[in-house]
Amino acid sequence: MDVQNLVRMANQIGQFFHSYPDHDEAVREVAAHLRRFWEPRMRRALVEHMNRDGNDGLLPLVSEALHLMQTQETTPT
Amino acid sequence: MTLPRNTDYGTPARASEAEVTLSIDGIDITVPAGTSVMRAAQDCGTGIPKLCATDSLEPFGSCRLCLVEIEGRRGYPASCTTIAEAGMQVRTQTPKLAELRRGIMELYISDHPLDCLTCSANGNCELQDMTGVVGLREVRYGMKGRNHFDLLSALSREKDESNPYFSYDPSKCIVCNRCVRACEETQGTFALTISGRGFDSRVSPGESQPFMESECVSCGACVQACPTATLMEKGVIEHGQAERKVTTTCAYCGVGCAFDAEVKGTTVVRMVPNKDGGANHGHSCVKGRFAFGYATHPDRITTPMIRHSIEDAWQPVSWDEAIKHAASEFRRIQAKHGRDSIGGITSSRCTNEETYLVQKLVRAAFGNNNVDTCARVCHSPTGYGLKQTLGESAGTQTFDSVMKADVIVVMGANPTDGHPVFASQMKRRLREGARLIVIDPRGIDLVRSPHIAADHHLKLKPGSNVALITAMTHVVVTDGLVKEDFVRERCEWHSYEQWRDFVALPENSPEAMAAATGVPAADVRAAARLFATGGNAAIYYGLGVTEHSQGSTTVIGIANLAMATGNIGREGVGVNPLRGQNNVQGSCDMGSFPHELPGYRHVSDAATRALFREAWGVEPQPEPGLRIPNMFEAALDGSFLGLYCEGEDIVQSDPNTQHVEAALRAMECVVVQDLFLNETAKFAHVFLPGSSFLEKNGTFTNAERRISPVRKVMPPLGGKEDWEITAMLSNALGYPMHYSHPSEIMDEIARLTPTFHGVSYRKLDEMGSIQWPCNDDAPDGTPIMHIDEFVRGKGRFMLTEYVPTEERTSKRFPLILTTGRILSQYNVGAQTRRTANSMWHDEDRLEIHPVDAETRGIGEGDWVGISSRAGQTVLRARVSERMQPGVVYTTFHFPESGANVITTDNSDWATNCPEYKVTAVEVTRVTQPSEWQKRHRDFSQHQIALLPRRQREKV
Repeated sequence: MDVQNLVRMANQIGQFFHSYPDHDEAVREVAAHLRRFWEPRMRRALVEHMNRDGNDGLLPLVSEALHLMQTQETTPT
Repeated sequence: MTLPRNTDYGTPARASEAEVTLSIDGIDITVPAGTSVMRAAQDCGTGIPKLCATDSLEPFGSCRLCLVEIEGRRGYPASCTTIAEAGMQVRTQTPKLAELRRGIMELYISDHPLDCLTCSANGNCELQDMTGVVGLREVRYGMKGRNHFDLLSALSREKDESNPYFSYDPSKCIVCNRCVRACEETQGTFALTISGRGFDSRVSPGESQPFMESECVSCGACVQACPTATLMEKGVIEHGQAERKVTTTCAYCGVGCAFDAEVKGTTVVRMVPNKDGGANHGHSCVKGRFAFGYATHPDRITTPMIRHSIEDAWQPVSWDEAIKHAASEFRRIQAKHGRDSIGGITSSRCTNEETYLVQKLVRAAFGNNNVDTCARVCHSPTGYGLKQTLGESAGTQTFDSVMKADVIVVMGANPTDGHPVFASQMKRRLREGARLIVIDPRGIDLVRSPHIAADHHLKLKPGSNVALITAMTHVVVTDGLVKEDFVRERCEWHSYEQWRDFVALPENSPEAMAAATGVPAADVRAAARLFATGGNAAIYYGLGVTEHSQGSTTVIGIANLAMATGNIGREGVGVNPLRGQNNVQGSCDMGSFPHELPGYRHVSDAATRALFREAWGVEPQPEPGLRIPNMFEAALDGSFLGLYCEGEDIVQSDPNTQHVEAALRAMECVVVQDLFLNETAKFAHVFLPGSSFLEKNGTFTNAERRISPVRKVMPPLGGKEDWEITAMLSNALGYPMHYSHPSEIMDEIARLTPTFHGVSYRKLDEMGSIQWPCNDDAPDGTPIMHIDEFVRGKGRFMLTEYVPTEERTSKRFPLILTTGRILSQYNVGAQTRRTANSMWHDEDRLEIHPVDAETRGIGEGDWVGISSRAGQTVLRARVSERMQPGVVYTTFHFPESGANVITTDNSDWATNCPEYKVTAVEVTRVTQPSEWQKRHRDFSQHQIALLPRRQREKV
């Protein structure tokens, strides 16, 4: 997976929810969007990128969402 | 025996709550007020002779054959133009009427060439029928002297054969004006008139030009309306009258017209639009009516073929061998690279049953969710945006609903080219006085055409849809035009308040957005006010909305606008996505997306998965699969190596061709199931011959959620219907699929999908077509959605912040390229390019504004190179003021054009729908094809050379 492309795509999701006044809602929505629409290997590649390279290129909202997503994925729903 | 004709009521049906009762030949009949005496008579089984009247056209009263006697009235009024009144006593048959009718007929016949036995209309001629009905026994005037046919043959010795599909023979014309009226009333093009007077009268396309040189769009409405052989399909001239007819559904655009395929043996003589068709009411366009010859084109590949590498020659093999090979390759790849290393792509050109089976194959036999459909690259943002806001991924209305609209918005759609039959209906409503707002970077035909002029054409810059729609909602909110009672009752109040505060921000005003949109703020304000206050307001949109990096945001903005103004949940309003292909809606409904099971239920929903486990014996995976562009990425990454692609040509239709080609080259087994050796098949290892819509049974679901039957007219040339091939592949993979008919597949869909519970082939046969949801709550289907409440309960407003696309102009790429389609060609052109439709459009051209052309030294017809960050191609230029300066435009119907060599990977944030509509480019004059085009030509020739000899010679 071209991680730069994944970063760009994830940031575009972040930009949509960026205008939501309730920050927690925005974080939840970004995380939910990634879980609902991204195939696991894409999510994995992005999380690995973040864990390895810090928030390199990721919008802060997206990094927060990825952290939330990681915790959600370790706790079964 | 020729086919019996449908009953013709002579004048159109009238809708009225008031009724009148009259007596016709002593029989009392009650009809809606406004009904003609002629129609009332036919209602009680009395056919009144007629020539100029037909029930698709308003009465004209010229032939006088339909005269009747009415008690208490003087003379003999024409029954077509006389409105039924309460208490009328009408007589349709009296000795005097018979004498008058014979007299009229005698005049007609004295002016008609009597070559009936060899005439192409023999057996289906209304003039012949009426002559028999009135009992004409002699023509006292003889056939000499001044007459219509001798004079005309002197004036124009030859018939007009310029149109490839129909012939015009002026000598047979009885000047009934039906063709002229059909062109005006049914089609709305106004291309025809009658020129000359008396015996000189003739049908004149344009200004007495041949049909092909006039503005005629070859919809065929005139041919259908003609009562004689004056305008006649060349298929009938060649083959004679058909022996049987099969009612089926057109395989082109998302209008989904019903047709009667008139057949002789297995030869289609002609396609006649079905009067009872819920979407088309007897109208058609040049594609559906005439462009079906591709089905029997010599390019069809009818034998399965395999090869190990795309450099090898194709080996023709048996079905069994091809299927076994594909199955063993898929299993080999999975064994080596894991369960998720293969997937399937289906197409909106496939039936519901076929797409359902492909996703079942992927989910149950492949064991993953890597299934996607071409809606990914067109309307996936519609699916997302409408599901999030309204709760269902579908348009809210019927097409007929437009007849009750007072304000019509057409945004990023070009209905007269893309959805021509619906455009004719819309134009009828516009001629009746509905107001029109066009939001489009290009001057589409609707902006100004005969008797139609848009009130507002908001000629925005490509990529600024969200800025524009948000600015319109800003006006609605800040001018106090929100229908607050509707919002309070029907929508989530919290989401509304949040949205209201957002759109009211000064940065969302039309003035602030003008820099982004290029549209004067006053125009945006006026359009928004018209929309909010003009009565029933309906929004129609197309790929100019969805195919952007913010495509989903614009769809959401449209839904917000409709909810805020209360324009949803009744006739005449609504959110109407115009779907590009016939079964976009259906392929999405059938669970073709990697995150959704049939009926738009997310794969993470355990209860739904359990339902499918029960039915299929295999539980679908709970995580979403790869979307088409993700499959390409994964292929280049080495984790996706096998693809089953049915009916879709991803190499031609998906963006950034060189990227797609590289992805396909990286795969180990590409299985293509198609009619032709399309661009994707040139990269394939297994070719499975598909069947055209004439060769199989199934259903299509059009843009208004109308499920219509596709019925087999001829046996499949390759021997198998497409659903059979998928089932064979599944069986070979060890997952059994045993269906004996597609109706059994539909029964399974109905069992497993709540919105389809009531659908069956039996019901489709009874009703003709059904709009889903169709279940116990709505046994006859659901024409209008969200009437009392939204599918999701309360409507949800969402914020639509404008984020400019990353695809920006620069010094190096100063122009914006946007793409679209044209009337005569369809999508990748695989079908229409193999018909005479190419006479209208035989190459893709680059439209460029005169100012941009002049500064680059480009003239009409010059070769120009178009380069973007993704690639370069060469087309000929068309200098046109339809475009605004700074924007160029092309179509993508021909593979050698390489339109998608230029488009980029940028895509919609929510769905990965490619941003076809915005590419930064530079255009320069050149003298030779691009490097890509040269490579493409060589590669294509090489691939054709690898075909088996017999097939190669045909191609």
